[in-house]
Amino acid sequence: MNFDDTPEEAAFRAEVRAWIDANAPKDLRAELETAGFAGVTLSDVDPMAVAKAWQKKKFDAGWACLHWPKEYGGRGATPIERVIWGQEEGPYGALAGAFIIGHGMCGPTMMAFASEEQKRRYLPPLAAGEEIWCQLFSEPAGGSDLAGLRTRAERATDGSGDWIINGQKIWTSGAHYSDYGILITRTDPTLPKHKGMTMFFLSMKTPGVEIRPIKQANGDSGFNEVYFTDVRLPDAQRLGAVNDGWKVSLTTLMNERLSIGSGMSTGFPELFDLCCRIETANGLAIDDPAVRAKLATWAVRTTGLKYNGFRAISAISRGQTPGPENSIGKLVAGSTMQDIAMFAEELMGQAGIMTDPELTAAAGRFQRMLLRSPATRVEGGTDEILRNIIAERVLGLPADIRVDKDVPFNQIPTSAR
Amino acid sequence: MDFEFTDEQKQLGAEARRFLQARCPPAAVRAVLEGPQSYDAALWRGLGEMGFLGVVIPERYGGLGLGYLELCVVAEELGRALAPVPFSSSVFLATEFLLAAGSEAQKRSWLPKLASGAAIGCLALAESIGPVSPKTVQLAAANGRLNGTKIVVADGDIADFAVVAARTAPGADARGVSLFLVDLKGPAVTRGVVETIDPTRSHATLTFKDAPTEPLGDPGDGWRLIGEVFDRAAVLTAFEQIGGADRALEMARDYALERMAFGRPIGSFQAIKHMLADMYVSAALARSNGYYGAWALSTGAAELPEAAASARVAATQAFQHCARNNIQVHGGMGFTWAFDCHLFYRRSNLLALNLGSLAQWQDALIQRMRERNVQAA
Repeated sequence: MNFDDTPEEAAFRAEVRAWIDANAPKDLRAELETAGFAGVTLSDVDPMAVAKAWQKKKFDAGWACLHWPKEYGGRGATPIERVIWGQEEGPYGALAGAFIIGHGMCGPTMMAFASEEQKRRYLPPLAAGEEIWCQLFSEPAGGSDLAGLRTRAERATDGSGDWIINGQKIWTSGAHYSDYGILITRTDPTLPKHKGMTMFFLSMKTPGVEIRPIKQANGDSGFNEVYFTDVRLPDAQRLGAVNDGWKVSLTTLMNERLSIGSGMSTGFPELFDLCCRIETANGLAIDDPAVRAKLATWAVRTTGLKYNGFRAISAISRGQTPGPENSIGKLVAGSTMQDIAMFAEELMGQAGIMTDPELTAAAGRFQRMLLRSPATRVEGGTDEILRNIIAERVLGLPADIRVDKDVPFNQIPTSAR
Repeated sequence: MDFEFTDEQKQLGAEARRFLQARCPPAAVRAVLEGPQSYDAALWRGLGEMGFLGVVIPERYGGLGLGYLELCVVAEELGRALAPVPFSSSVFLATEFLLAAGSEAQKRSWLPKLASGAAIGCLALAESIGPVSPKTVQLAAANGRLNGTKIVVADGDIADFAVVAARTAPGADARGVSLFLVDLKGPAVTRGVVETIDPTRSHATLTFKDAPTEPLGDPGDGWRLIGEVFDRAAVLTAFEQIGGADRALEMARDYALERMAFGRPIGSFQAIKHMLADMYVSAALARSNGYYGAWALSTGAAELPEAAASARVAATQAFQHCARNNIQVHGGMGFTWAFDCHLFYRRSNLLALNLGSLAQWQDALIQRMRERNVQAA
């Protein structure tokens, strides 16, 4: 049990710190520190341009996708080195928002299932932030029940071996600025639902792909609907065997839980800071025992998640595979963030409803958090799906009884039929 | 960075678990619950023989001379087993007070006996209903004699000596609180066993009438010493709670797998699965906070006060959460005397009030975070 750096780790940290100090966009630091919860907005510059420039700079110096092999644009770093990088990168890490899905999910899936030539073509620009990737999984009829997806991929009748894609995806984060995507489709609807799916990757500029942003409940548009109309893909863009797409998707989803769950903010430090500044009828909020009781509960959830993440990293360092127990990160952080946002506004009294960053406390972070947090509890596995995963895969409880499990997909009742 | 116990420390935990499975099965806990005895004396002797009572006591005083990480893994196993012994009083408190403030003569006379189990020590602190604070410590100490009554003294009926907090200067000030060692076997002390929500851990009322004392530590330094020792004990108690929470979760999981209703195991219903998942989450967060506390305790880090409070808050919440939902998962059977669920429920609510309540530790955690922030600014 040792929370201090070894001499090697200390040397690595010093190297990272020196490089970041010499190269990071320091003029944006203050603004990045107060960003978050609903994406980065910067007052004078285009955040995407800044993010891409920072990512490219990291890539050129060998600091992008640290855990990837060097030949694909990474550094071949150890898990501990990755943690150290994250700690040192600090607020600049918020700039990586648009790359998270590509680096955390699409990249590892390509690494596991693409050809060597494809890996050398696509992974380095992905690591460099030059090409952005999205994940085309969820559908109107397949969210939590992802295997209920209905986007069809059929062999072209011209004997080319190409595939013709028709259907619709939804909740695709960043599709509107993505260059590529990984796409799961149904190739054989006569098989039971988990058995007839196939994975592909494609350029988002492929003819027949249409992207429509979704206006969200909080007014932003981070997610999209993506429509496929007779989109033709060569068989070489298939990932994994035909009808084996579910297995491929599990690789992606496990990585999704890891990359989404680790280091998630709960908003606790911001709330603590607010409580040190807000006056109530009984003095500073931070001195009120009732406030303290709530703060302490959220404090130990926040530190618990932090050290849970460190325990997971330690396990990886010892050669163990990250397990489903890492599902707790997002489960805890999502609802804690929502609770904290509501409480912060309660502390502000009537003024808590104001969203204008000039007028309200903490530049409107808590109000943005309030309006964004419902999505956190749904995206990337709902709270309920994550609880199922913990119950089934960590605690060993029986899977849900699935009435559709062994039924050919095209005979499963749906709300449309 | 390595956030895990070493293989040797885990082996020690495994050894403690095997020992407790053999010597402290649920039947042994029940024997204390239902019988006249205050604790399991045979188990206590066994723990002494195994060296578990003197894990952190230096070898020159008859202990194993190991560190606090080793004591944490043992504490977790005792919590799992609901061991009905005065371990926390004797090891987490009496031993720690002697190590922190005992004179060489006091250490020489008590530590070897505490390490072997030949003597039991305890702490006498509370005098009235309500949270303990400097102003509630009013027991008078004058001219080397102690007069007054201490209530809910854990293991006060079986201990050989007590660390007693008493007032050496009138008023409510913390600087008027001093600690004394008091032999409980003499005629100047009257002991009365009190019934509590958890009869597997005995408690007593102690009345002192001109009881002879010897000072422990400097006069007026008692309240500070209590705070220092409580931070250490909080981490150790947290491990006891973590062990209890894990076991309560396992019991609920096992029952959910085996109990059939509506033609299927109840563990296949999402209402039950999600309850168990939430229990797992609270136990996992408690464990991670506990590890940080264990690190701070074992290294004497400046972070200890904050880390101890975090460990304590998370572990109290987790054990209470797991123990009460363990009954819920068991349904009506969980409310029977015959099932062991209530033993965990009782213990979780007992431990929640040891060393101060959840609210007191929550308050302390935020106060300490605040002091750190002020210092940093």
